[in-house]
Amino acid sequence: MIKSLEAEGVKVVFGYPGVAICPFYNSLLDSNVESVLVRTEQNAAHAASGYARTTKGIGVCAVTSGPGATNLITGIATAFADSIPMICITGQVNSALLGSDVFQEADITGAVESFVKYSYLVKDAKDIPRIFKEAFYIATSGRKGPVLIDVPIDVQNATVDEFVYPEEVKLRTYKPTVKGHVQQIKKAIKEVEKSKRPIICVGGGIALSNAKKEFIEFVEKNQIPVVSTMMGIGVMPTEHPLYFGMVGNNGKPYANRAMKEADMIIMAGARVADRAISQPDLMIGDKLLIHIDVDPAEIGKNIGPNIPIVGDAKHIFADFTEFDIDNVCDDWIEVLRGYKAEMEPKRAAHPGFVDPAKFITELSLKLPEDAIYVADVGQNQIWSCGYHIVKKGKFFTSGGMGTMGYSIPAAMGAKYAADHVGRKKGRTVVAVCGDGSFQMSMMEFATMRQHGIAAKVIVLKNNYLGMVREYQHYTYEDHYSVVDLSGSPDLEHIAKAYDMPFFRLKDDKDMNETIDAFLKADGPALMECLVDPMDLVK
Amino acid sequence: MQKKVFQLLVDNTSGVLSRIAGLFSRRGYNIESITAGDTADTRYSRITIVTSGDDEILDQIEKQVAKLVDVRDIKVLERDVSVFRELVLVKVRVDAANRQSVIAVADVFRANIVDVAKDSVVIEITGNTNKLDAFINLLEGYEILEIARTGITGLGRGTDNVTYL
Repeated sequence: MIKSLEAEGVKVVFGYPGVAICPFYNSLLDSNVESVLVRTEQNAAHAASGYARTTKGIGVCAVTSGPGATNLITGIATAFADSIPMICITGQVNSALLGSDVFQEADITGAVESFVKYSYLVKDAKDIPRIFKEAFYIATSGRKGPVLIDVPIDVQNATVDEFVYPEEVKLRTYKPTVKGHVQQIKKAIKEVEKSKRPIICVGGGIALSNAKKEFIEFVEKNQIPVVSTMMGIGVMPTEHPLYFGMVGNNGKPYANRAMKEADMIIMAGARVADRAISQPDLMIGDKLLIHIDVDPAEIGKNIGPNIPIVGDAKHIFADFTEFDIDNVCDDWIEVLRGYKAEMEPKRAAHPGFVDPAKFITELSLKLPEDAIYVADVGQNQIWSCGYHIVKKGKFFTSGGMGTMGYSIPAAMGAKYAADHVGRKKGRTVVAVCGDGSFQMSMMEFATMRQHGIAAKVIVLKNNYLGMVREYQHYTYEDHYSVVDLSGSPDLEHIAKAYDMPFFRLKDDKDMNETIDAFLKADGPALMECLVDPMDLVK
Repeated sequence: MQKKVFQLLVDNTSGVLSRIAGLFSRRGYNIESITAGDTADTRYSRITIVTSGDDEILDQIEKQVAKLVDVRDIKVLERDVSVFRELVLVKVRVDAANRQSVIAVADVFRANIVDVAKDSVVIEITGNTNKLDAFINLLEGYEILEIARTGITGLGRGTDNVTYL
């Protein structure tokens, strides 16, 4: 197993050992593959996710059988919902005892069936190289996603005569489409030429297929305005003259208006999911819809497009750019710029507290331009989406699953990658979470300390499960039920316990200096911003 | 709502049937019947699924099933260019007085009597769904004790659209 990981160029495994995965961890010591010990299994998957998204490669996590494996499940589902390539290795009880409910046995391949791209239960050690080769290929090709490999302890302990890692995969049944169909591409280009008010709605698929460069080349060459889904944030720099914000019920009003008034929409690597497009029917009728996705099952799932194009966005946008499109829609872009200027939401003042919008904007202006920003889930996520300014950096969050507690372990994985992989080492990684999500993963400070992972963590603290409170405010007329977070720890003490520098911002005064000091702090650091408990995302 | 018969060619891996059945149940698709068996090449199984839904659902079923890693091919068996068969075993209570008339009904349908006991017979009949329904209808005049149906299996006619074996 370890040799297979080495053959795949794996540098680090995030995980948590137990007896059933001990043979694996025992051999790991003698290899070049590093390991990071998280403090709960779910975070191993989130860390692998942050690592995969930073390296544009794959993340690997390894945990033990039974509760170790079941604890990993939320992390796997989170990765699946956002199509993050990942290998999850789980130890399993002795294969002779499978099905007899022995200690720490759980049918993990059965449990994760509906949110892995594929899973294996290894029954013969001889199959390990082939299975690993296939698993890495399946996880990283087509629509990416997590693949789980469940390995009984006797299979881990078995000796194999000779290790030969296969050079290529032979999968009879799995052949994802890469190149877009030429006729479909030509048809799409013709429509782009005819369109007076085109718009591209970009999703997470562009980042996943590593197609940012090709995508931006295409829109700049042809001057086509762009909006994004939550997962598509960061594909375009926020302040790019052709970028008009995030769509959806928590997006920018001008982005939604652009979608509404467009005569042609290109959905690029986006699912037409409910939070981005609440009424898919409105996307057709008076508009022409082109849908580009590597997964044919996403096209037509929520709305039937006029022109479907199945394939990898990197190839498709490179093909698009080869055409010279004779179309000028400067007037339309001017209209959109007008909307953007007029319709920027105005936030109510909250004197005596930190304004999260102002804070996030200031923070992003001070961050290095290539910084990685990891948003958690809740009000903090919507503020981050609305006010973080992406320059040349990356923006990660749990979009599809909306998993609270994602940001700290994902930032940890991202920071590990930033420090150990690639040419430019030491990029800044910052996690921004609420006090609810913080308490779901604050135990990872120990991991950061142990492994010298210097991610920076910011908590927007309002003593509430803010997003749920906001929902109860609108839906149940302030009838708050189980959203009060009283009893939360003093974060200064938490920082002290983990020997981390701590910064607190009580209101907008001293914001500049405090952010500067926080970002300059050596190693991991924690910052708390006190936000009005009654603040709303809009 | 319309009915469709999908024919799948799948890798004969352990758990493949549960992967397919699981996909149908979690996405809320209907399975009216499902049959599975080896092909001439035992690395593959052929699965026939009868399902129903509107056009969009049927389109999604086809795409989501095709996406499963173990599925090599999925196609629709169109009614006018395919043959469908189903096998039914029916156990009917008989006595000396009506045994002959039950056997006569079976003969008309070219069904076989595969078991005769003192007070019952088991009849085996193969055919398309209409024929089987008509046969069971006729037997309702007698006392049906048990019915076992296999669900339909099918193949396209001719060699135009042969996927594998």
